[in-house]
Amino acid sequence: MDFDLTQEQRLIVDTARQFATDAVAPGARDRDRSGQFPDELVRRLGELGFFALPFDEEWGGAHDTLSYALAVEEVTRADAALGITFAAHVSLGCFPFYAFGSAAQKERWLAPALRGEILIAFGLTEPDAGSDAGATRTRAHRDSNGEWVLDGSKMWITNGTRAAVLAVTARTQPGERGHGISALVLPADTPGFTAQPIHGKMGLRSSDTASLSFDGCRLPEDSLLGEEGRGFPQFLQTLDGGRISIGAMGVGIAQACLDASLAYAQQRRQFGQSISKFQAIQFKLADMARDVELARLAVLRAAWLKDQGRPFTREAAIGKLYASEAAVASALQAIQVHGGYGYVDDFPVERYLRDAKLLEIGEGTSEIQRLVIARQLGC
Amino acid sequence: MNMLVLLKQTFDTDTKIVLKDGRISEDGVTMVINPYDEYALEQAIRLKEAGGGTVTVVCAGPARSEEALRKALAMGADEAVLIDPPADGDEYTLARVLAAACKARPFDLVLGGNLSVDNGASQVAIRVAHELGIPYVGAATKVEVNGGSVRVERDAEGDVEVITAAAPLLITAQQGLAEPRLPSLPGIMKAKKKPITKQTPADLGVDAPARTEVVDLKAADSSRQTKMLAGTAAEQATQLVRLLREEAKVV
Repeated sequence: MDFDLTQEQRLIVDTARQFATDAVAPGARDRDRSGQFPDELVRRLGELGFFALPFDEEWGGAHDTLSYALAVEEVTRADAALGITFAAHVSLGCFPFYAFGSAAQKERWLAPALRGEILIAFGLTEPDAGSDAGATRTRAHRDSNGEWVLDGSKMWITNGTRAAVLAVTARTQPGERGHGISALVLPADTPGFTAQPIHGKMGLRSSDTASLSFDGCRLPEDSLLGEEGRGFPQFLQTLDGGRISIGAMGVGIAQACLDASLAYAQQRRQFGQSISKFQAIQFKLADMARDVELARLAVLRAAWLKDQGRPFTREAAIGKLYASEAAVASALQAIQVHGGYGYVDDFPVERYLRDAKLLEIGEGTSEIQRLVIARQLGC
Repeated sequence: MNMLVLLKQTFDTDTKIVLKDGRISEDGVTMVINPYDEYALEQAIRLKEAGGGTVTVVCAGPARSEEALRKALAMGADEAVLIDPPADGDEYTLARVLAAACKARPFDLVLGGNLSVDNGASQVAIRVAHELGIPYVGAATKVEVNGGSVRVERDAEGDVEVITAAAPLLITAQQGLAEPRLPSLPGIMKAKKKPITKQTPADLGVDAPARTEVVDLKAADSSRQTKMLAGTAAEQATQLVRLLREEAKVV
C-alpha cells in the first residue's frame, strides 16, 4: 500500500488549495448571503484545467479521479456552493458525454465544457422520480422525419439554468422501471425548453439549482447520448462516479469544520484559559479529526479503484454515505464549539451545516446509499 | 533571450521553526519555492512568452527540491538542473556551484530572488554574478527587455531607481516583481516530460569548501506576555510607562 501522492497529484492539490484560499474563500460568505453565482471562479477553474482531471490526457486531463476528488475537497473546504457546481459539472455533466457520447457530441460539447467555456447539466431527477429514478415520466418519441420530440419535466437540477447543454433522461420505449429509458442531448436554446431557478434553499445558495420543463422540444435525429434504451445503466454508472465527488465534498466540509473549530477553540478563553484545554472541547475536535481522516480514506479508495478500472460501486456508496454524515455531524459539533458565535454567519460554521445537509440528500440519499451497499453485500 | 533562474526550495512562510539536536527540523514541514525566486521565475516565463527564448531553472539543494523544480516546469520553465550541494557548504560554496552550472549553458539573463525567506542572507545571487563576471541589479520591481538591452526598475529603499544594462546580467526580484501564476493541469502534465538534469559539484569541476562556519543555532525567544491595563487613559499611560521601564526595561 502506498498512501503517498505522486508529484503531479501534490502539485494539483497545492494548486487547488492555493486557488481556494486566495480566490474562493474570501467571497464565500458574501455569495452565501447574496446567492450570486460564481461565474468568474467557474471560468478560472476551467482555465486551470481542473474540469478535465478525471478524463484522459487526450482531453487535457490526467485520468486521475483521485486528484479530482482532492481538488473538489479543497474547493469545497472554501466554498461548498462552488464545490457542487464543480462536482456536478464534471461528474454528472461532462462524464456522460465523455463515456457515452459520439465523436461529434464530444467535439461540440465536451471540449468547451472541459475548458470551462460552457457548463453541462444532467437532467435525471423528476418531481415524482427522485430515489425512484426508474419512474421517469419524461418522454421522447421520434416523429415521421426522425426528429426526437421531448416532453416532461425535471427537478433539482444543478447548473440547470446556467448550462449550455443538458443530458436529459427520458422514456423512449414502452417499458417497466429502468427499461426503455434513454439519454438525449438538449441544447439550452432549444425552443420549448425552460429552466427556472429554485429559490429558498437551506444551503449551497450561490449554486444554481433549477426545475426544467420540456414542451415539445424538437431535437435532431443524432441527439441520443449513448445507446437507445440504455439510459438507466448509463446513469447508474454516472451516479457511481458522482458519489465520489459528493464524498469529497463531505471531506472538504468536515475538514473546514475542524479547521474553524480548532482555530476558535485555541483563541477563545473561558475560565481563565483557552477552551481547547477542556476535554469537552478536545473530544469534539478529536471526533472531527477522526471523521475527516476516515472519510478521506474511504473516498480516495473509491477514486483509486475507479482509476484502476475496477468495480467501485460499493466503495463509492460507503465513501459518500460516511463523508456526508461526517460533514453534518462535524458541522453540528463545530457550531457547539463556537457557542453563540456559531449561530450567526460572522463565523462560517452555520453555513457548513446548511451546506452539508444537502450531501445526505443529493446524488442518492443516505438511505439509498445503504440500499446500494446492502445490495453489494448480496442482500 | 535565454534565461536562467536560480531557485531554492524553502519552508512555507507560515511554518513554525523547530530546533532538534541543534538543527532545524524538517519533519512535517510544507516546502515551497522561495517566494522571491518564484517572482523571478514568473518574470522569466513572461519574458519568454513575450519575446521567445528559453527558461532553465538551476537549483543547488537536496533531493526534495525536485518537487519545487517540477512546479517551476509546470508553470512554464523548459528544463531544470538540480545539483546536490556539499552538506557542509556555505553561500560561497553554493555560488561557485551555481555559477559553474550557469557557465555550462548559454544565457543572456540570470534571474533570482532578492533573498531566501529561510536564511535571508542575500548572498548567493550577488556572488553568482561576481563568479560569472556580469553586472548585478538587485531588488527589481520591473524588468523590460529591448533587444540586447535590459531596463530595470529597482526598489532603492522605497525610491525607484531606473537602470539600463546590456545583457548578460543578473537581476534579483523584489517582492511583487511578477505575481506568480498557478500551474494549470496541462502545465502539470507537460512538466512530467520535461527534463531535470541531476549533477554533482564534481560533475561541474567545483571544489569550494565553505569559508564560514555555523557555530550555533538558537530559536528566537518569542514568548509573549499580555497584561491588561485598567483605569482612565491617564492612569493607563502612567502604568504603561512604569511597566516599560521597570518590567520590560526598554525605556
